[in-house]
Amino acid sequence: MPRALLTGNAAAAWGVRLAEADYVPAFPITPQTEIIETLARWFDGGEMSGRITMLESEHSMVTAAAAAAATGTRVFTATSSQGLLYAMEMLYAVPGWRVPFVLVNVSRGVATPITLEPDHNDVLAARDSGFLQIHCANCQEVLDSILIAYRIAEDPRVRLPAIVNMDGFYLSFTREPVEIPDPVAARRFLPPFAADAIEFRASRPISQAVAVLGSSQYSYFRYEAHLAAMQALTAYDEIAGAYAAEFGRHHPAVEAYRCDDAEFVFFMMGSFATKARDAVDRLREAGTKAGLVRPRLFRPFPVDTLRRLLLGKRGVAVIDQNISFGKGGVLYAELASALYGQTGAPVLTSFIGGLGGRDFPPEEFYEMARVTRRAADEGRAPEPRLLYTAGELREMRKLQAIALVERRELGDAP
Amino acid sequence: MKEPLIRRMKDLPSTHLLGAGTAMCAGCGGLGALHQVHDVLGAKAVFVNAAGCMTLLTTYPFTPFRGSWLYTSMASAPAGAQGVRDALDILLDKKRLLPADDLSAVVLTGDGAAYGMGLSATSAAIERGLDFLYLCYDNEGYGNTGQQSSGATPHSARTATSVGERGYPGTKKDLFAIWAAHNPAYVATVIGAEPLDLARKIETAASLRGPRLILALAPCPAGWDFDPAQLVEIGRLAVHTGIFPLKEFRDGKITHTLIPRTRLPVEEYLSKQGRFAHLFSPWRNDEAIAEIQAQVDRYWLNAT
Repeated sequence: MPRALLTGNAAAAWGVRLAEADYVPAFPITPQTEIIETLARWFDGGEMSGRITMLESEHSMVTAAAAAAATGTRVFTATSSQGLLYAMEMLYAVPGWRVPFVLVNVSRGVATPITLEPDHNDVLAARDSGFLQIHCANCQEVLDSILIAYRIAEDPRVRLPAIVNMDGFYLSFTREPVEIPDPVAARRFLPPFAADAIEFRASRPISQAVAVLGSSQYSYFRYEAHLAAMQALTAYDEIAGAYAAEFGRHHPAVEAYRCDDAEFVFFMMGSFATKARDAVDRLREAGTKAGLVRPRLFRPFPVDTLRRLLLGKRGVAVIDQNISFGKGGVLYAELASALYGQTGAPVLTSFIGGLGGRDFPPEEFYEMARVTRRAADEGRAPEPRLLYTAGELREMRKLQAIALVERRELGDAP
Repeated sequence: MKEPLIRRMKDLPSTHLLGAGTAMCAGCGGLGALHQVHDVLGAKAVFVNAAGCMTLLTTYPFTPFRGSWLYTSMASAPAGAQGVRDALDILLDKKRLLPADDLSAVVLTGDGAAYGMGLSATSAAIERGLDFLYLCYDNEGYGNTGQQSSGATPHSARTATSVGERGYPGTKKDLFAIWAAHNPAYVATVIGAEPLDLARKIETAASLRGPRLILALAPCPAGWDFDPAQLVEIGRLAVHTGIFPLKEFRDGKITHTLIPRTRLPVEEYLSKQGRFAHLFSPWRNDEAIAEIQAQVDRYWLNAT
């Protein structure tokens, strides 16, 4: 297996190439564009066989992706942020077509204000769509997850599309050493897509995505998709196991780092969790039994695994790189509902940070650990905390002062 | 192109591929046109549908189509056709699809999507040269939701959202011209009331490759307020008053396929529909009627 220095975007493109995707409907958006440019080059150069088609919007792009998957081809597409939001109607529609394909989302904060750097509000908006979600923490995972995602999505027990998520800039534009699997082994792991006759053919007409008249029929199909998503839990474990057997890299549904004897655990998703990993080592050196739990699989939500890992711990600091206005962290609510009422449930503390790529300095992890320890001692969690430093606020005030001066000079200040 | 098979009324297919008993209204002009289109096209098609009246043609577990069906959304049916066509081409190239199993992608859309939300996707499909047939049944309003005004609503028509004495204040967008400006392989207007003209055009469209777009005026008893039994009469009047010109665009040239020798006055068409009743009672709005007549006359002055 050759090793190469690849950006997250290039690793994603390699995953798609090794999956031998037939078709890529595409639309550019920063920070995802490098993926589709790389694939376009490979289709043009003959390294990949099939077609890339530029659509006029992400809404059309996802429609074309699902329609092509419904015709029996292996399909890949990618987007980010506003693009994912623009496609949202179709993101919710196409899982019901029960067509498997893979979409890479390169996370980027959503407007307003407009920004380029990452947080997870974009991909979490697709939480209830029916797409499976795998969240990556490094470039190797991005490549591996695409192959794994195809096999789960195409599994007859599942047949749902999947999102593989990576953080913009931190992964998309950061080069890391990545092992590129051997194409023959990749094909052994992921055989060609077999649509099992659920595809458009002149000799076998089918109707897809039809209307229903009545709530019982509607509920039936909605439950079917939910049950299929739940079956992806078992499928994930099996397929990640098969991947490890083939390539020697195991990507479990939930990463648990130094968790066995941990009293306090950080709980977060994506590449920023590697910062928490570092903080765990430092905290352990200082005598705190810290650990990290990072769900890779977010939909379906691996509730049983999380209970096994977290029940009996003293406290869990849930770090949300997203914000649901008027409620708080999405991950916090997800985890709380998984642990509520369970014997040995730890105290949960809630922190919002990393919005628009805002960094977590190590001190913040130490402080979150302190707050969580105190909450465990007192048996009561404090209010959710919005991470922001006095220094950041001072810089913000400076910008506001400049804005005010500019306005006054134009003569229309209040 | 092969020699056309359809020359006179008795050449029209009587296969009736589209099944009966659907949820469409009695006297639906769109359904009448679709019946005829489907018979000429044949069953080897996947109908890619945009949200509209005809979305309810296929309701689980029934379909009136011999071919396949894919509902997409209101805005993105042409992109659905793109995905299907691209996939079929890829599979043919890779010899994973028997040529006999190939299908034509047919977008089936109402005017609400075609003139509005779906126009960007249609425009892009044409510019990409997508090999597909696009059929818009134009009943000049959002019919499925109770005939609110759309980009296809004619000036002065009363709709559920323009109930005042002046009716709809806007003007009907010239979608034929917008499509033709993209220079696709084929554009045509058709109406169910002129079946021979319709069949010839669908036969022509089916013989070509690339983007082929059909605009079918779809008289709508429920939305236009006329007796369903008058469907054909209203359709003929639309053509013979000159309000709805039958024409086609091919190789950069527009040809009128039926030029009314003597055009009937527009009020013959208007006065038979409740949606224009406010132009005739309680008092006759000569100014508005003359305005509509002048617009039609102006069109035909330059028509060839």
